Amino acid sequence: MASRVQQGGRPGGSRFSQFKLVLLGESAVGKSSLVLRFVKDQFDDYRESTIGAAFLTQTIALDETTTVKFEIWDTAGQERYKSLAPMYYRNANCAVVVYDISQASSLDKAKAWVKELQRQANENIIIALAGNKLDLVTENPDKRAIPTADAEQYAKEAGLLFFETSAKTSENVKELFTAIAKKLPLDQGGPRNIRSGPRQGVDLRPEASSTVGASGCNC
Amino acid sequence: MEDVAPEYDLVVLGTGLTECVLSGVMSVKGKKVLHIDRNDHYGGEAASINIEALFKKYGNYGPGEEPWKKYGRVNDWNIDLVPKLLMANGELTNILVSTDVTRYLEFKQIAGSYVQQGNGPKATVAKVPSDAGEALRSPLMGIFEKRRARNFLEFVGSFKQEDPASHKGLNLSKCTMKEVYDKFGLEASTRDFIGHSMALFQTDEYINAPGMAQETVERIRLYVNSMARYGKSPYIYPLYGLGELPQGFARLSAIYGGTYMLNTDIDEILYENNKVSGIKATMKERGEPGDGMKFQTKCKKIIADPSYFPGKVQVVDHLLKAICILNHPVANTDNSDSLQLIIPQSQVGRKHDIYIAVVSSAHNVCPKGYYIAIVSTIAEGSSNHHLELQPGFDRLGRIEEKFMGPAIPLYEPLESGVNDNIFISRSYDATSHFETTTDDIRDIYRRAEGQELVVEGLRDGQNLVAEE
Repeated sequence: MASRVQQGGRPGGSRFSQFKLVLLGESAVGKSSLVLRFVKDQFDDYRESTIGAAFLTQTIALDETTTVKFEIWDTAGQERYKSLAPMYYRNANCAVVVYDISQASSLDKAKAWVKELQRQANENIIIALAGNKLDLVTENPDKRAIPTADAEQYAKEAGLLFFETSAKTSENVKELFTAIAKKLPLDQGGPRNIRSGPRQGVDLRPEASSTVGASGCNC
Repeated sequence: MEDVAPEYDLVVLGTGLTECVLSGVMSVKGKKVLHIDRNDHYGGEAASINIEALFKKYGNYGPGEEPWKKYGRVNDWNIDLVPKLLMANGELTNILVSTDVTRYLEFKQIAGSYVQQGNGPKATVAKVPSDAGEALRSPLMGIFEKRRARNFLEFVGSFKQEDPASHKGLNLSKCTMKEVYDKFGLEASTRDFIGHSMALFQTDEYINAPGMAQETVERIRLYVNSMARYGKSPYIYPLYGLGELPQGFARLSAIYGGTYMLNTDIDEILYENNKVSGIKATMKERGEPGDGMKFQTKCKKIIADPSYFPGKVQVVDHLLKAICILNHPVANTDNSDSLQLIIPQSQVGRKHDIYIAVVSSAHNVCPKGYYIAIVSTIAEGSSNHHLELQPGFDRLGRIEEKFMGPAIPLYEPLESGVNDNIFISRSYDATSHFETTTDDIRDIYRRAEGQELVVEGLRDGQNLVAEE
């Protein structure tokens, strides 16, 4: 197993923080595709339902001295029958709630997920609303089922960041995650934050020395 | 709502820890798994619930009252229904590490391991000595006995099956534990704390059973090695409560394609030639209008907790359990934020030990200033169960709230399951750790798959998670 050691601070006064980000939204709106584009800059038209890609990390450099690392949790399909475990929301610092701008019902579903987040997650969680599959509409404007203004209005009222994205063309994907990173309380993302820096608990790995382990994962 | 697939290799009923570990392991090994629970939450009998849910479960308040409101935010409470701790070097830890489920969880030490000697006002509570040095400092023994105990612990520590010189002339696979204790000249009270607070036997049956010496020595070694791992106690515990464990393994299963359905009742089990062939079920959220989503699917095997097959299980024991909320640490435990305290049966005139497990805000299971203590034992009588737990309550001092229901039946399956392909787990027993749970997991895997469960390297070469 690769080393998990994270440095909270670096020489020269630079800042490095890690945050847990959870993805939510109806099946097949492109949650995993958005992450795959963000993390690996890839897209697959015939991507099957999420298998295996449940825990990815990606780092964004906000400026020369500030780096934000996202630990991105995918639903692993547990949202399909409304069976997401409370563990999923636990200590999430930010969330991306995804809908499909070509599916009229998917914004309502997204609204329900926002409510669920407000019920289950930290009070100060940062939520971004992402209307995905912008490419479909660019090719064929008739396919749009949800006007930008409607979603924007809702996002404003609910205090959410808002982007229309395309995992396929990568439009607004980086912008979405960068906007989240900018809004995160970086000062609290230091080593003492629960999801960042060394973990406070014990490390179970056989090779680990006594108490303090480390955060995150290298996968 | 998407349609359920027409066929699965395995349907798992109940999301207790046993079921979730098996579901996770089977999914990683490529089986197509449908995992169902009738409840709206994960964990079944092994869940952790908030304080409002706990009051509602036990119903110990008057109409119109909301007693949970004086205990802060209800969601700051994660109260275990099963009082167990993980041995730091135990098999569950091994499975957690091998499956990488550790990525979803954080663990903390339990701060102390204690044992009671004597009864009533004369009882003393002391740390369980875990090595030769601690034995020499322990108040549990007199000066000469300390040396004998040290010799015994050194023997246990250096025992190697393949090295006859380490056997001290004892054939552990044949002899009784009494013969081993006799060889080192240990006093009855020392045998008591070694057998009950280190080997963690709940009765004295192990002492005279031929061949039990080997297992006893292995149990003591597990205790000692677990203790040596982090230093304060042999136990670790997941932040936010034990209910995180089944959730972690359910996530593992889901990552490998397992399908999860809570709020789902089983309407019928389908058979062909006396073997299970499928299920009919209905998914419906509480309060949801309509008949819910009815579906039918084929399956080759079912793994289930005992509650799904009341006709295929029998009661083996009754567990007594009281969940107590305290606002102070337990006396004589160095103000530990968490601990296990064992009251060996013979010290209080019983046949089964009384266990006390304490966790607190240090483990994110309650707000600051509170402690959750669970007192448990195996029922020996059919009434006055409260009195059976009394020696445990005596240790706790002032108790803010006490939740104690009727004796809880512990079930085991009547058959192995190889005839009908329905493999049923055992109830979570009265032991203080998960070693018997992992024994059951291995046993079910063997019965269902016809081979031993190997978790080491389970995910080697199948790590689908992207590299950074």
